Amino acid sequence: MAFLTLDNVSHYYFSTTGYTKALENISLSIEEGEFVSIIGPSGCGKSTILSIIARLMEQTEGQIKLKNEALTDSSLNIGYMLQQDYLFPWKTVMDNILLGPKINEQITDQTKIRARQLLADVNLSDTEDDFPSELSGGMRQRIALVRTLITNPEILLFDEPFSALDYVTKLKLENLVAKLMKSYNKTAILVTHDLGEAISMSDRIFLMESAPGRIAKTFVVPEELRNEAPFFVRRHPKYQPIFDEIWNHLSDDMSDENEGDD
Amino acid sequence: MKETIDRILHDNYLKNIRSEQRVVTVWQAVILIAFIAIWEVASRLRFIDPLLFSSPTKVSQLIYEKIVDTSMLNHLQYTLFETILGFIIGTVLGVIIASLLWTWERFARISDPYLVVLNAMPKVALGPIIIVALGPGLLSIIMMGAIISVIITTLVVYSAFNEVDPNYQRVLKSFGATRAQCFKEVIFPATLPTMISTLKVNVGLSWVGVIVGEFLVSNQGLGYLIIYGFQVFDFTLVMASLVIIAIFAALMYKGVEKLESWLIKHTT
Repeated sequence: MAFLTLDNVSHYYFSTTGYTKALENISLSIEEGEFVSIIGPSGCGKSTILSIIARLMEQTEGQIKLKNEALTDSSLNIGYMLQQDYLFPWKTVMDNILLGPKINEQITDQTKIRARQLLADVNLSDTEDDFPSELSGGMRQRIALVRTLITNPEILLFDEPFSALDYVTKLKLENLVAKLMKSYNKTAILVTHDLGEAISMSDRIFLMESAPGRIAKTFVVPEELRNEAPFFVRRHPKYQPIFDEIWNHLSDDMSDENEGDD
Repeated sequence: MKETIDRILHDNYLKNIRSEQRVVTVWQAVILIAFIAIWEVASRLRFIDPLLFSSPTKVSQLIYEKIVDTSMLNHLQYTLFETILGFIIGTVLGVIIASLLWTWERFARISDPYLVVLNAMPKVALGPIIIVALGPGLLSIIMMGAIISVIITTLVVYSAFNEVDPNYQRVLKSFGATRAQCFKEVIFPATLPTMISTLKVNVGLSWVGVIVGEFLVSNQGLGYLIIYGFQVFDFTLVMASLVIIAIFAALMYKGVEKLESWLIKHTT
């Protein structure tokens, strides 16, 4: 049984000057514990899908089902990670991490213990009393990850969480996130424009095209790559063939666009 | 060896800053002394009418007398009390109204033209109405001090609320936060520096409101002294009051500035 299903989901953005169809008939299903990526040109509605799953906005048409039941505002415990860490600068690291439990009025001694455990998992044990401004970009993003994980979300939504980081930090974080997702058996959706990142982290990849946003093709990442750490996937002999395959589709898309412009 | 050279460079840098600071201070003193001296001389040589413009010696003598017989202290206390209360009420009320506007966006849209008109309106023109409504006394004057800053505080703080990066709210909403929780956890703390800096503007505005209020109804306070001096043609009294106002308005501004940096340091 699919964990999360999107069934013919469409979304429009309205403005006084007209409307744009951001998503058209998106249908996809994700298994429990699966890591999927959504890639595609900018403006294809990748982030809109995440916002809709996170219930930050309502889809115009279509249905979203969680374990075969319609998704409501409170039925899904999600973790949402954005491009920037958005740590609250006036709160200490610990207070930032405990935001989710605080909102849900569930701060207990146990949540604090869990927070320290997660901090240790991301190698930032001694930072709990620091303020975000005292930490580097990579450290802050790791804190944001802990803040996302503390509520024990059933599904994690990553909206280009590594794109604002330098290359080395990005690779390290990819490894860390992949490892944590595997060890906690979390379902996750990653939105990215980095093809290599998508291949090295996920089990399946949805390629989207834009205007209107639509799923153009789905790729299954070869079994051999799925259990490798992202850093090693990039050197695996099976990496290049799937990279090329997706790349060809991406560049087809681009030449289509160019023809359209003429 | 290298270190001593570094230290000498740094010492030179500090020396430059200090000497620049000295030049600035000297010039500031020169301007003040020159102003007083020219005023005194011009008054004695009757370049200006001493009856209208008084002179520094007469003004300082009067201030001295009024301090000794404590009458100046009474007026000063009265005015300071009104001003401080006025600017606190104006700021707090402005923040509360801005919060209400944020809570009910439709209310904000509805009240927009009224806020624009109220903001454009010179608030001291409402003086007579306020006095009729609240009676000629302390309450009216405090209201004058408050009303002059409340609308501008509302507008500034409300627009600061709306400028908070929406992604902070996204983070909270992904945890299922309500609008009230978003306000408490993000909107309010993120705009605290803006609110504190309105204090600095409001303290100056409240002086205007209070002095005008005292012009209109009071029988105490520095504004009253000015209008009384004007009526009995005692311009030494007017000048003396102005000097006192200048000193205390500046002190109050500095105090709020200190408070601001303390609050910023301890709340963010």
